[in-house]
Amino acid sequence: MHISPVLWQFLVKWLNASALFPREASTIAPYADELYFFLILITILGLLLVGALLLVFSVMYRKEKHPVATQIEGSTLLEATWTIIPLAIFLVCFVWGALLYFRIYNPPTNAMNIYVVGKQWMWKAEHPGGQHEINALHVPMGRPVQLTMISQDVFHSFSIPDFRVKREVIPGRYTTVWFEATAVGTYHIFCTQYCGTKHSAMIGEVTVLTPEDYQKWTQQSTSGMSLAQNGERLFASMGCNACHSGNAAARGPNLAGVYGSKLQLANGSQVLVNDAYLRDAILNPSQHVTAGYSPIMPTYQGQISEDGLIDLVEYVKNLQTNYRVQQTLTTSQSDQTAPITPEMVKP
Amino acid sequence: MSATSSTILNLPDQSTATLPKKNYINAEHGLLSWLFTGDHKRIAMLYLISITFFFFIGGAFAGLIRLELLTPQPDLVASDTYNKFFTMHGIIMIFLFLVPSVPATLGNFLIPIMLGAKDLAFPKINLLSWYLYMAGGTFTLAALVLGGVDTGWTFTTPLSTHYLNTHVITAATAIFIAGFSSIFTGLNFIVTIHRMRAPGMTWFRMPLFVWSNYAASLLMVLGTPVLAIAIVLVALERTFGIGVFDPTKGGDPLLFQHLFWFYSHPAVYIMILPGMGVISEVISTFSRKRVFGYTAVAFSSVAIALFGFFVWEHHMFIMGVSNYSALVFSLLTMLVAVPSAIKIFNWAFTLQQGSITFETPMLYAFGFLGLFTIGGLTGVFLGSLGMDIHLTETYFIVAHFHFVMVGGMLMAFLSGIHFWWPKMTGRMYPESLSKLAAVVTFIGFNLTFLPQFILGYLGMPRRYHAYPPEFQVLNVLSTAGATVLGVGYLLPMLYLAWSLKYGAIAGNNPWQATGLEWQIQSPPLTENFIEVPIVDHEAYDYEWLAHKTQHEVTTVG
Repeated sequence: MHISPVLWQFLVKWLNASALFPREASTIAPYADELYFFLILITILGLLLVGALLLVFSVMYRKEKHPVATQIEGSTLLEATWTIIPLAIFLVCFVWGALLYFRIYNPPTNAMNIYVVGKQWMWKAEHPGGQHEINALHVPMGRPVQLTMISQDVFHSFSIPDFRVKREVIPGRYTTVWFEATAVGTYHIFCTQYCGTKHSAMIGEVTVLTPEDYQKWTQQSTSGMSLAQNGERLFASMGCNACHSGNAAARGPNLAGVYGSKLQLANGSQVLVNDAYLRDAILNPSQHVTAGYSPIMPTYQGQISEDGLIDLVEYVKNLQTNYRVQQTLTTSQSDQTAPITPEMVKP
Repeated sequence: MSATSSTILNLPDQSTATLPKKNYINAEHGLLSWLFTGDHKRIAMLYLISITFFFFIGGAFAGLIRLELLTPQPDLVASDTYNKFFTMHGIIMIFLFLVPSVPATLGNFLIPIMLGAKDLAFPKINLLSWYLYMAGGTFTLAALVLGGVDTGWTFTTPLSTHYLNTHVITAATAIFIAGFSSIFTGLNFIVTIHRMRAPGMTWFRMPLFVWSNYAASLLMVLGTPVLAIAIVLVALERTFGIGVFDPTKGGDPLLFQHLFWFYSHPAVYIMILPGMGVISEVISTFSRKRVFGYTAVAFSSVAIALFGFFVWEHHMFIMGVSNYSALVFSLLTMLVAVPSAIKIFNWAFTLQQGSITFETPMLYAFGFLGLFTIGGLTGVFLGSLGMDIHLTETYFIVAHFHFVMVGGMLMAFLSGIHFWWPKMTGRMYPESLSKLAAVVTFIGFNLTFLPQFILGYLGMPRRYHAYPPEFQVLNVLSTAGATVLGVGYLLPMLYLAWSLKYGAIAGNNPWQATGLEWQIQSPPLTENFIEVPIVDHEAYDYEWLAHKTQHEVTTVG
């Protein structure tokens, strides 16, 4: 649907002023609203059509005017018409909706990543640079942000109405959602999946900052340790480095460069190593034995919190290249980023 | 009550008219004769009384919910109490009202008569269904009295299995038992419709009410066991921690969603299809015409039932299902909308060339058409993938399914109750009061639920006890509407009860309708027909009726 941009702006401004319409604060929002207006149009037309038929027939064929009914069996032509036309309209809605769905759920490759852990009853956001926030999320304007989310207990659902995005946050698996904020300001984060007693109190605020303000914010609120550094510590303290030492003689595979690669497993299958795979391999190692290694790794189920898993995943991710440096730089612009240990960096 | 020129009311002379000396109501006396009856009509009345009871309990919770949401602050009750309110509202309204309402009351009463049979195929199982329903209801009330349950009617795991200390198992038992009531009712209908039709009552001479109940019965029999499985797994997981839904034990929390919605989406059609059957009967009668495209309407019921089984995943579009399975289920969802659209247009065109009058059942049916159209079309918003992301789990969903369930199904139920009331009781209800009730209900309904669509697009999540203050104006409107709606529901309750003693004697066929049920006395005899009827005409054959009436007059004269 192509409305002239001027008209569109006017419409949106007017709707915002009337408080019957959410703000448009992400690159997705105008696309969602276009489809919304189209669907409203269909609804109104459909309702008017049905209403008009009922009204006209009721007036024309009421008993006083038309005392004896004429029996009509039906009409194949008419019935075909009102089968095919609604079908066609519904198919348009399907295609349009599907295009929007793929736009909303396929993040651009240059998106910066922030982790979100949902728990009864708070949102905990973790920036790769080590910034932690509860029921708050700071993001820069004009940059795609991808959220990698997981729940520590029950289903939650992460929703920012003004961005028109929402995704279920599920125990046991990572889900992702992305957005690019277009207007500075604060917006509601709602938990929209019923999650127990204080469900309606699980509200947060996303603050969109200009890139400069965002840089200031990251510098002020850094904890001094990036997620990857936390992960590195955890990696050592849990004894992971005893086997995953990176030597040729090691009992576990070398993890450097494993993130993003295709891994050959002992059962013959091949998997893409991503966040979800790494998390699962830590919790259920016996199901993910790398080809050439024996299944001796114990499960870490119940020993690491979701936050700790995120740290470990982030650490392994960064073993790939100087990815960590890039990631922390692009995310936080912090001048206290992790020092680069020589063995972690591959040219 | 005087018949104006616009009505087709055909009441007997009130000065001499009396109820038939012998009928199913006075055939036997005493409470036990009702509690051990095998008569489908008496069982229908038992259902009607118990369903009305649960409807008003569920409605009271709706009232409390709306009252709490009058202000953004959590000021009326505490969070967990509020959560128990909406859980009880959902469980009672869905499992104890919407699912059984039309089939168990109107369907039970009418299907055997419409087919020309003396009773359902299995009268004792029919009575057992009612006892199971009451047992389910008792367990629900027990859960309520013991301190309530706060899972929401969807019993989402792992919340329901690991994180709530309330009476989840009691409520689950209630649903499990009530489910069997539904399965038995469906089974009884299917066998009756296949085996007990009178001579000449071919499949395509059956009233559309029977067709739609047949389709709904298929869903009850095939879908409800899956709900039973899901509920049993929840109970096992909660009691023994078997871990099918627990990711830390290798289970999958999404599995529950699949199982639950595999029943609960078809359940929507279990609720709405019988209501659609009512609408077909009412619109045909009050426009004095055969339903336009009878065959298409009959088959669209079956099509809805079949497609209804293949759309459950549209409740999970944002839950991390694969993008491509989301595509498939979105497409299937669009397809299931088509038979509903067909029905709407067929009903509208039934009016064309008719001779229309606007009695109360017709007013409710018109209400149904308008509200169900909105409910159906807003369903397209939710079937449309990208839109669903923003709208799901908000008040838009709440508004959408209340438009379908309350605006559609409940309007149809009220239409049907008014339509067949003279047949069931032998007496008429007060006409002007009932028309007022229909109008009040329609206005109250729209005032309640239209604001919720806007709230939903603004992003107000469902099941919120407290909300940001900017949503208050719309919530106040909605609560005001709920008050009007409550009055609209109380009115019929009062005047229908009044009519039992003081209503005008209705006679056999006050609407001059064609169905077999209108050719016997009101209220009917226990065995329905004195001799087995032989059907020699199509459903809704008004020419046959005119001929028959004329013939009777000449014979009597």
